[in-house]
Amino acid sequence: MEARVGDAKRLVFVTVGTTSFDALVKAVVSQNVKSELQKRGYTHLLIQMGRGIFFPTKCDGADGSLVVDHFTFSSSIADYIRSASLVISHAVNEDLMDNHQCELAEELQERKHLYCARPHTLHQAVTNMELESLVRYPPGDGTPVARIIDRFLGFPDD
Amino acid sequence: MEEHHCCMYSKMASKCSISLIVISLTIVLMARVLYVIYRCGKPFPKGASQSLSTLIVLGSGGHTAEMLSLLSVLRKDRFAPRFYIAAATDNMSLQKARSFEDSVADKNAGKEASSQFMQIYRSREVGQSYVTSVWTTIVAIAHALWLMIRIRPQVILCNGPGTCIPLCVIAFLFKVLGIRWSSIFYVESVARVKKLSLSGLLLYKLRIADQFFVQWPQLQKKYPRAHYVGCLM
Repeated sequence: MEARVGDAKRLVFVTVGTTSFDALVKAVVSQNVKSELQKRGYTHLLIQMGRGIFFPTKCDGADGSLVVDHFTFSSSIADYIRSASLVISHAVNEDLMDNHQCELAEELQERKHLYCARPHTLHQAVTNMELESLVRYPPGDGTPVARIIDRFLGFPDD
Repeated sequence: MEEHHCCMYSKMASKCSISLIVISLTIVLMARVLYVIYRCGKPFPKGASQSLSTLIVLGSGGHTAEMLSLLSVLRKDRFAPRFYIAAATDNMSLQKARSFEDSVADKNAGKEASSQFMQIYRSREVGQSYVTSVWTTIVAIAHALWLMIRIRPQVILCNGPGTCIPLCVIAFLFKVLGIRWSSIFYVESVARVKKLSLSGLLLYKLRIADQFFVQWPQLQKKYPRAHYVGCLM
């Protein structure tokens, strides 16, 4: 306990957005994923579970294990993402709807901005991930679109 | 006998003239459609200075976020007044648009805010039966027509999903009928890497969108009339 207080908090933030993704939440709180996360030095696990009906057991970490907490929705998750050391998000729940967001996740993985996994491969992904090799995602920019729209409509360039 | 013949002739003549009128109207209309398709996508002459009334179709969730990020870099004085439309079932998007407009108004304090926010019925909700969706589609189209008659925008910005389709089709009809010329800009979502969305495909193939933007180079290769513009967010 003493040692923990001095240690920096390293948060894993899990978010499913406005949908539900119980399979992901179950995978995250499975014992092997939790212990792998702890092995990698993470101290807290916070889950935004959306409309899911699977409520993971909360844990205050008193026994030296990972601190686990969850909530359903928040008006903004930007602060959680900013304070997190690791974010586990969802592209698509294959049990729902079409899966075009898979394309995006795979493209971002190819460009080394993130790692892609499925609930049943999450443990493997967490075990094998090398966060140092990830490349920072460049901030988006709407100005190319704006420039083309302005030119098309005959507005002068600024 | 004579009279009978005469009657026959006049009937035939009127039939002929009606079909002649129908045929010539169809030809004129077709020619106009072809002209509009030809004229769409051609840039306007340089030197515009007047502001253009702009319709912004908010698609919900990520679509709305991408649209607002585009709006943040557009010159507000050029695109005014601004009309925002979102699906009636989507209560977040208009709220986000309002706070965006408030932040813009704060920056140019003193200037009058020139934006309006409207909701539109959707033709079909997820999971709705096809039988009832015939009726709701008619209502949705009528509502879209009513909104478009009221707004008559000169510029339409949209990025999917389906909500924008009836509005863009009506805008295209307005061009054909000479009611209002508008420029339609469609930005395909960043989530589309290899295939266009159904809305994007329709607006691209039917040449309803004047300018079409994609956020990944793979898509631009497949759809050469599109502009590759990198990621909006």
